[in-house]
Amino acid sequence: MNHYTLWHALIGGILIGLASLLATVWSGKIPGISGVSGRLLVAATPDKAWRGIFLSGLIGGAALSFALWQSAALFRPMRPLIVMFVAGLLVGFGTRLGGGCTSGHGVCGIGMGAKDSIAATLIFVATAMVTVFIYNRMVL
Amino acid sequence: MKAGKLVLFLAAGGLFGTGLAVSGMTDPARVIGFLDVFGAWDPALLFVMAGAVGVYGLGMVILRRFDGLKLPSAGSSPIDYRLVIGSAIFGVGWGLGGFCPGPALANLGALRIEALFFVPAMAIGMLLAQRFFGADR
Repeated sequence: MNHYTLWHALIGGILIGLASLLATVWSGKIPGISGVSGRLLVAATPDKAWRGIFLSGLIGGAALSFALWQSAALFRPMRPLIVMFVAGLLVGFGTRLGGGCTSGHGVCGIGMGAKDSIAATLIFVATAMVTVFIYNRMVL
Repeated sequence: MKAGKLVLFLAAGGLFGTGLAVSGMTDPARVIGFLDVFGAWDPALLFVMAGAVGVYGLGMVILRRFDGLKLPSAGSSPIDYRLVIGSAIFGVGWGLGGFCPGPALANLGALRIEALFFVPAMAIGMLLAQRFFGADR
């Protein structure tokens, strides 16, 4: 497991899909990470417990994987911290305005064939590609 | 929700975090490599999405055949200004940082400094969007 291949990508994806499926069955909701965490920040949300536990599991599962496998622990920072801060603001604002992120729209929504999620995913992948193109050529 | 059922969410979350880490998507260089279509393009994210969407889509088709399960509707919301503008803004942030919410949280747990800057800002962004546009999506 220490040498990364596209099999890791595929198997990791299968695990993400399976985890999303289980959380959907157990919560009765679409368990996109932005929606799960965003609603955790709203005082009136009635079902905070499973959201908090699901995200704790995510953090724990990732931490365990980083400890077990070199290929999973690989982390190559690309941007200065101020850029990470601005990126965080945009990701938080945009996902809650647009109703989903890579998991809610990208995995669950597309998995169910929802047209709005297909549109959302095409849009955020496109603007992300344009942003990388511009950043890599103008800033670096 | 009963305590026993809440433990199941720890398992589901653990599986999600393991999947993210194994897939390599917690490494921002790999994500930005996928987004850099005019550079040294890395197809890995496409394989992650294929595996995840395939399992989720197939699983939901099978699960919908069972009655007693309370599953979310597969219906599409309208493609309105919120969806278009919000997704466009998310994409800019994703391309800038190489983090989307899941990998950001995974790296926060590992106390990586990039996530320590990114995640609190993400929470502020979420609070702002929910304050001015509601949290109903």
